Amino acid sequence: MRHKTFLAFFAPTAIAMLLFIALPIISVIIQSVHTPHDQVFRIVENCGPFGCKEETTIDQDASAALKEAAPLGKFVGLDIYFDRGHLAISEVVQAWRESATFGEFRKKLGNLPFYRAMAFTLTYTFTVTPMLIILGFAIAIGANSLNKYLKGFVIFFSLLPMIVTPLIGSLILFWMIDSRGIIGTFIQWAAGDPDLSLKASTGLTWVMLIVYGIWSSAPFAFVVFYAGLQTLPSETLEAARIDGASRWQQIKYVTIPHLMPLVTFVALIQIMDNFRVFEPIVGFNAEAHATSLSWIIFNDLSGETQLLASAATTSVLTIICVAILLSPVLVRTWRDFNQKA
Amino acid sequence: MVEVKSNLTADHQKINLAGMQGTPAEYTAAIVANSSIVALINEDVIRPLDDLVAKHGADLKKNQLITVDGKVMAVAFMANAQHLVARSDILEQIGVEAPTTYEEMLAAAKMIREQGILENPISGSYKAGWNLAQEFNNMYIGHGGEFFKPGTAEVSVNNEAGVAALEMMKALSEYMNPDFLTHDSNAAGAEWKAGNAALMNMWGSRAGAWNAEDGFPQDILDATMLGGPLTVGGGETPATTLWWDGWTVAKNISDEDAEATFIAMKNGISPAILDETTSKEAVWLIDGYEPTPAAAGVFATAASGAVPYPMLPYQGLLHTALGAELSDFMQGKESAEQALTDVEAAYTAAAKESGFLK
Repeated sequence: MRHKTFLAFFAPTAIAMLLFIALPIISVIIQSVHTPHDQVFRIVENCGPFGCKEETTIDQDASAALKEAAPLGKFVGLDIYFDRGHLAISEVVQAWRESATFGEFRKKLGNLPFYRAMAFTLTYTFTVTPMLIILGFAIAIGANSLNKYLKGFVIFFSLLPMIVTPLIGSLILFWMIDSRGIIGTFIQWAAGDPDLSLKASTGLTWVMLIVYGIWSSAPFAFVVFYAGLQTLPSETLEAARIDGASRWQQIKYVTIPHLMPLVTFVALIQIMDNFRVFEPIVGFNAEAHATSLSWIIFNDLSGETQLLASAATTSVLTIICVAILLSPVLVRTWRDFNQKA
Repeated sequence: MVEVKSNLTADHQKINLAGMQGTPAEYTAAIVANSSIVALINEDVIRPLDDLVAKHGADLKKNQLITVDGKVMAVAFMANAQHLVARSDILEQIGVEAPTTYEEMLAAAKMIREQGILENPISGSYKAGWNLAQEFNNMYIGHGGEFFKPGTAEVSVNNEAGVAALEMMKALSEYMNPDFLTHDSNAAGAEWKAGNAALMNMWGSRAGAWNAEDGFPQDILDATMLGGPLTVGGGETPATTLWWDGWTVAKNISDEDAEATFIAMKNGISPAILDETTSKEAVWLIDGYEPTPAAAGVFATAASGAVPYPMLPYQGLLHTALGAELSDFMQGKESAEQALTDVEAAYTAAAKESGFLK
């Protein structure tokens, strides 16, 4: 009976997970190990408004039978995973052999699309996540101590960055930080350098994207922590106050331990979110300075010739990377769970 | 009864292939250019139009018909090219003629900056990605470069012409707004509109559309002159490419739908759409079109011996590789040779994956 009830409750979730999570992942894995068949070329004459020209085209008839027999394409195993656009195994080995110093090796690595994207993505994830947790926590503590008339306003305005669509938010900021925009001009004035341009410098572009990331995600942490603060046991706080704890000590010894499970939750969600950073890169036109795995997938699919296998491979690599990043948090949660049980 | 629906999206390049791959196709027609038609031919999703042209297209001009191997695959309605756009008032002020080469453009830019007229006199669509790659294509063609080893999909841009093309782009960028790697043709147009630039290599379609744009400052519009294409490095072929825009009809639809689509699209480009306003907005290939001054640049380009953008199955992959790998050089982070080595490696990986190279 108990099993039956459990199944009845769990079945819809299981079916949804199978359909919307497991199947797409399997599909992406299958696509990542298949590429289009070898193309057969034919020289033809093309004519248009500007005259005629001999050009190469694909002979569709020649490969029609092949496509019919294997519609998925050619099986290539892990070839795409190891090519230059992804893990670039042979390029990395070569760079390692030819580099005298580690710095040189790192520079060569930064020239390969996957590692260049990883360098930015990891920097972004590991600066934005802790900073937004700290900022969100600070806003929550601040908002919680306001009187009830001000509270509503402050909460509403603190949530605004989350309400703005990321792409729109980054586009608005993109024009504000332009060297002729309001923030760009202010920074030039503050730095005393009329030629300073945020968009022309890789370092400043990274800072800008990170600041944007914190700004847009802090409200999420704020909402979660603010909700957590409402369940703070007043007895414990009162006891701490009677014992002569200062406000800072109350936060450190009562509030933070109480909110710790929520910090884990926010960190988990935000690491996943920040690892697939995408909209700000597009919104800020920042691809000359910063790329991410999601941006690589977008780039593979938005060219005139779409690279489906390449995009699928990057998707699988993203899933693997997210799993690796989350493993410490997941292990910890699992251990806590077992201790309680 | 047939209902015509259109999806006017800037992302049409991303959806027209997927939109035509279904059976039946979601879109029965797609607007393409000489670069983007290749993706549709590669995947064999558009149909030859010879029978429909014979039945309904008696009034189409011969040069509107895009043929591949003798079969009509698209009907073109407008021509486009990048060419010189200059501020005649500023050129007059420094006392030089409109440049005809990139070297002259650099010299003029130097004078404009030195005389304190404009800090960054050159503009252009140099945004990392498609735009930057297109500027390289122009400059490489202008230096007499060939993108591929003849008759193969093997890339060859890491050569003298490639390095010279990049060096010229770098030299031009010294006179551009420092944010140039984020400027597409919209942003370059905005720079122009604001009076911040005096020289650029710009799309004729964009410069033509300024005539109809609300709020475009009249004094800047009056001083804007459309010149021919520029040559570079003493080359004879202009450093630009010729483009057509046209429409195609999907393969995976019934013959009746194809016929209805053909008639609807042909009505869309009928001579009746031409009036005083629309005539100025583009260089139409439509019968009865009288060239306006807005077409001067594209006509000069077509007359100058410029070549069309290549219709090769693998040109798009090279374009993407160029767009991703050239920005490090433009920022001074690596040498021209290294950037071109990266381009070749990125292209080769993509071409192998797509079955163009073994």
